[in-house]
Parts: sequence; C-alpha cells; structure tokens
Amino acid sequence: MRLALLAGILVAITCAIAGTFVVLRGLAFVGDALSHGVLPGIAAALIFGVSGIIGAAVGAGVIMGGVNLVTRRYKLSSDTAIGLLFVGMLALGVLITSSSPKFPEDLDHILFGESLAVKSTDLAWQGIALLVVGVIGVFARRPFLLMSVDDGLAQTSGFNVTFFQNLMMAMIGLTVIASFQTVGTLLVLGMLVAPAATGVLFARRISSMMLIASVIGCVASYSGLLISFHFELAASASIVLVAVSIFAVGAIATEIKRSRNLRHDELPHQHEHAHAH
Amino acid sequence: MHTETILASRLSIGFGKHTVVANIEFMTSPGALVVLIGTNGSGKSTLLKTLAGMLKPISGSVTVLGGVPGKSPRRVAYLPQHPISSHTLPLRARDVVAMGRFANLGLFNRESVEDRRILQTSLERTGAIEFAEKPLRDLSSGQQQRTHLAQVLTRQAEILLLDEPTAGLDINGRKLVADLIAKERARGVTVVMATHELQDAENANTVMLLAQRVVSIGPPDVALRDEYLRECFGFTQPH
Repeated sequence: MRLALLAGILVAITCAIAGTFVVLRGLAFVGDALSHGVLPGIAAALIFGVSGIIGAAVGAGVIMGGVNLVTRRYKLSSDTAIGLLFVGMLALGVLITSSSPKFPEDLDHILFGESLAVKSTDLAWQGIALLVVGVIGVFARRPFLLMSVDDGLAQTSGFNVTFFQNLMMAMIGLTVIASFQTVGTLLVLGMLVAPAATGVLFARRISSMMLIASVIGCVASYSGLLISFHFELAASASIVLVAVSIFAVGAIATEIKRSRNLRHDELPHQHEHAHAH
Repeated sequence: MHTETILASRLSIGFGKHTVVANIEFMTSPGALVVLIGTNGSGKSTLLKTLAGMLKPISGSVTVLGGVPGKSPRRVAYLPQHPISSHTLPLRARDVVAMGRFANLGLFNRESVEDRRILQTSLERTGAIEFAEKPLRDLSSGQQQRTHLAQVLTRQAEILLLDEPTAGLDINGRKLVADLIAKERARGVTVVMATHELQDAENANTVMLLAQRVVSIGPPDVALRDEYLRECFGFTQPH
C-alpha cells in the first residue's frame, strides 16, 4: 500500500508537469493515442520476455514517428494522422493479446494498471521519469509557453518549433510509459488531463497551474487508494475517477463564483434605478 | 553597408509549391512604414510570414536586415493575426507581455532589471498597465490586442511585422496604434503592417495593394487610385 501511494504521488507530479502542456497546447488526443498506442509494444515485450517499459517506449516511438510521417508526407491533418495511428496500434495490440491464452489477465493489468503490485524497480523508473520530465519542463518552459500562444510567435522568437514540438511529444510519451504500471495505459490520460484542467480553472500563472495539478493528482492518488481499499474497487480507476470528480466540483465552484460576481456587478445598477424612481 | 532593411526582388510567395503572389519587388529603409492592403486570402499574411522566416520564398530573393528572413529573431518582431489559443491560458496580461523578451533571454538567461524596465514601459505605452494583473482570458478582445501589441514592443526590434494590429480595437485603440507606430518609426524602426482598413495607409511611405498579385505599389496617393481599388475590392473610396 505504501509503495502504491508513493507510485501514485510520482505519477501525479509527472502527469501534472506534462499534463499542463497537454492542456495548454490542446494535445489531449495525442495523449490518448500515445496511451493506447503503447499497447502492442508492451504486449510484444511480454511475449519476448522483455521489460514492458521498453515495449511501451518502442510503441510510443512508432506512434510519434508515424504521426509525423503521415502529416508531413501525405499532407493530412494531425488529428487524422493521430486517429489512424491510434486505431491501428490499438487493433494490433488487441490481435497480439488475443493470440495467447495467458494474455487476458495481463491485458487487464496493461489497460487498467496494477497500483497494488508496484515494485521498487517501478518506483525507480518513475523517479527517473519525473526527473527527466521536470528537467524538460524547466529547460523548455519558454518555447513551450510561446507555442501555447502561437507557433509563429515561438518561431520568430528564435526557437525551433519542430524540435520543441518533438520534445514535448517525447515528454508526454515518457510520462505515459512511466505511468502505465500504476494507472494503466487507458487511465493515464485521466491523470494527464483532469488535474491540469482543474488547474486551468483556478490558476493565473503556469507555475501555479502545475502546483494545483500536482496537489490534485496526489490527493486523487491517496483518496483513490483509500476508496479502493475500503470498498474493494479497482485502485487505478478509483484514482482517476477522484481526479475527474475534483474537476467537476471545481467547475461547479467557478460557475457559482462567476454567477455571484455577475449578481454583485448588477446590484449597484439596481440601486441606481431604485434611487432614480 | 546595407541601408535597406528589407529588400525583395522577383519574390514569389506561397505555401509549398502553391504560389499566392508572384513577382513582388520592394525595398524599405529604416523608419519606413509599408502597409499591405487586400481582401482575405490576398497574400498579406503570407508576405508577412515570409518576411518573418516562417514560410520559405517559392522563388526570387528576399533579405531582411541583410540576411535570410528568420535569422535575426532579436531584431525582428512579429505580431500574428488573432492569437486565439491564448484565450484559455492561465496567464496575466503582464506575463504575456513579458514573453516578448524571450527572444533576447533564450532558454536560460534570467530576466534583468533592464528587461523589467522595458516590460513596464511597454505596458504603460499601450495602456495595458491598467489591466496588467488580470488574467488574459478575462480581458476584452481590444484589451487582448493591446496586450499583444505591448508584447511586440518589448522585443525592442528594428523591424515590426504586424498582422492586422488594429483588429478588435475601437477608435481610441486605433489612434493608439497609429501613435505607437509613429513613435517607433521616429526611432528608426521599419514597420510592415497588414490591414483591411484604407485609413491605416494615410501615413505610409509605401502601400502595396494585393489580390493574389501586386495590383499596385507606391505612395498612398498612387497605390490607392480609384482604378486600383476597383480592381482590388470592386469599389472606390468615397471622396
């Protein structure tokens, strides 16, 4: 349980950093494609007795390279390219996993994670991934920020947009690879998007958005594990559901605040009318 | 010694192999204002992007400050048309303006006292100081445009490439842009501006009327003659 919580916290902080740029740059679909596209890589790795992380890295590399190739060579929009690679890799993953009777159980673990079976070596991998993602986030914060406003702005400020776009994709890919053991390839997207989206609701600066996303991710990991333990529910799904619920509560709270502010703005006018009459 | 800031010769611009405007010839000197006028899709933004180094010329030659476009990011500032994605960013107007210094700061340099002074001056000059602490997404379109203009000023560039800088601005905002451009020109800055508005061309040295080709080019009284306007827009200026 302690290892699961530590893993959850590492995943939460890594996803908060990468997820901030996923939300700002509108890359949720890329995140989705990466999280599903690593499936055949992991499945093939398990067949050959290699680490699932290496398989996931190969899968992520194929997705990113494929998207780049299709958009550049065949002039298709990036969402079409992402969609093609996404379903293609997912179908390949299902074919590989359905070919072996051993796979149904493994498939569950790959797709939905296995928080309570996390080992210390998984924690070490996640620690390294957090360090690398953190370094990329600090190193590339200026071009990433400019690209979130406009690619042209980044390019004319002297930053190589293609390089930094690939670096951002690699950062997202690394986050997915490092997190799949804990939350699964299907649910990692929830940890990438939900805490960062909640951060957007309340933050006025990128750094505070990352901080809010990290705190929400950690709270979701802790609460999700507790819920899973007490009600005997799937741990990863509980963590992600808590993260999405926090977003829903945050969204409702901002709506209430907005309507109160509107009413407050209207009140002085009503008083003015009353005095006029 | 180059005295021209931009020099284009038999320049054809477009996307990939698709030419939008062919055979553009013009040159600018320090302090000049070039106004590009035309309808949507006429080639104004394509020309600005080519000068900014975002698009490669299809044929012909173009130099910016004596070199290849895009190779002097500290000396050339570009204001994109409607940077709409910024509306969702959790950033204060002040932070967006500060991004204008990134070209000078690069990846690692820390903001200096001089950078902060330039930021403050730009906020004051555009009036964006009034809403500097507010989140960008809470600002009106006019206030957002002022914020982006302030960002361009923080670049302290020798050439400003402005794509519809008056879009979304009221009369006061438009006057502010005209004043800012006049002051930048007075300190030797070359300004190339795309616009739909004929009145933006009043103080220009050169006006280029575009309609997927160069309809006319020259001083305003020559380039905006009725026959050219009719050819470009299908109407003439009210006298």
